[in-house]
Amino acid sequence: MDISITGAKIFFTIPIFGGIPITETLVNTWLIMAAITGLCIWLTRDLKVHATSKKQIVAEFLVKAAYGLVEGNMGKRFRHFTPFIATLISFLALSNLSSMLGLYAPTAELSTELAFAILVFILITYYKFKAGGPLGYVKGFLEPIPILLPFNIISEISTPVSMAFRHFGNIASGGVITALVYAALAAANRMLFGWLPGFLGQLLGSIPFLQVGIPAVLSIYFDVFSGCLQAYIFTMLTMMYIASAAGEEEAA
Amino acid sequence: MLEKAIVCGCSAIGAGLAMIAGIGPGIGEGYAVGRACEAIGRQPEAKGDVTSTMLLGCAVAETTGIYGFIVALILLFVNPWVKQF
Repeated sequence: MDISITGAKIFFTIPIFGGIPITETLVNTWLIMAAITGLCIWLTRDLKVHATSKKQIVAEFLVKAAYGLVEGNMGKRFRHFTPFIATLISFLALSNLSSMLGLYAPTAELSTELAFAILVFILITYYKFKAGGPLGYVKGFLEPIPILLPFNIISEISTPVSMAFRHFGNIASGGVITALVYAALAAANRMLFGWLPGFLGQLLGSIPFLQVGIPAVLSIYFDVFSGCLQAYIFTMLTMMYIASAAGEEEAA
Repeated sequence: MLEKAIVCGCSAIGAGLAMIAGIGPGIGEGYAVGRACEAIGRQPEAKGDVTSTMLLGCAVAETTGIYGFIVALILLFVNPWVKQF
């Protein structure tokens, strides 16, 4: 029985700085970026003041939904964050769903999520600085009592780490479990039909009947449900951390 | 050879033990979802808010289980000790 659970394949290596490997992850990331850009260009071509085409209605719905999501979770003052949040959720959702097309999902590699999480961490730190100044930022670590300083530092660092690991773990576990179920179904298939005598047993045993259908249910759960849910959760956590880092909204 | 076999076997056992971490999130998420169902039963009009808050809470509760899974993955696929022999 062969179970193959591998990371991203390396296509080739650019021989500068000691070799930069070009992996499946990078290539698929660029493919998804191109897909999103193409979709946006296609959706926003020849817009009218009053929507007449279905295309424009869909585009307006998406933009309104993105603005509604950001304003509902971060407040009106973070309206300018909408392009970032919409990019984040569309990229994560599309890359999770891309595994349905047989591509290697870029989010199945930790580096992708870690990059996003570090970006979010920088934003959180920036807004904490902006809200309280450098002194307030340092003071935030000494609350409620100074003895808790190490724990506060750990919790600060664990925010991006746990965000990255959560998304990576969900997507990677889907891949691992799907691979294991495929292998188990192949073995069960061989056991069910392999005992038939002679040529018939060999023929039926070598055709993986059981691999049709059952993995599709897993794919719907891990790719569609879990993929969209994790993209949504990563984005929601991003919004909540940034909004709470910036402090309470001033009464306007 | 024997050393390598022992390291490999113990790593596999360790990976299995690491996945015991899945119990905690399972219980926690089940409790959260149960409470969310109660809340929706009491206030059906708040279904959207309750569901999105519950999903977010479930995702946060899941973190410890995911840590266990990552330890298991490291032990199985990028084991740092096997290379020593």
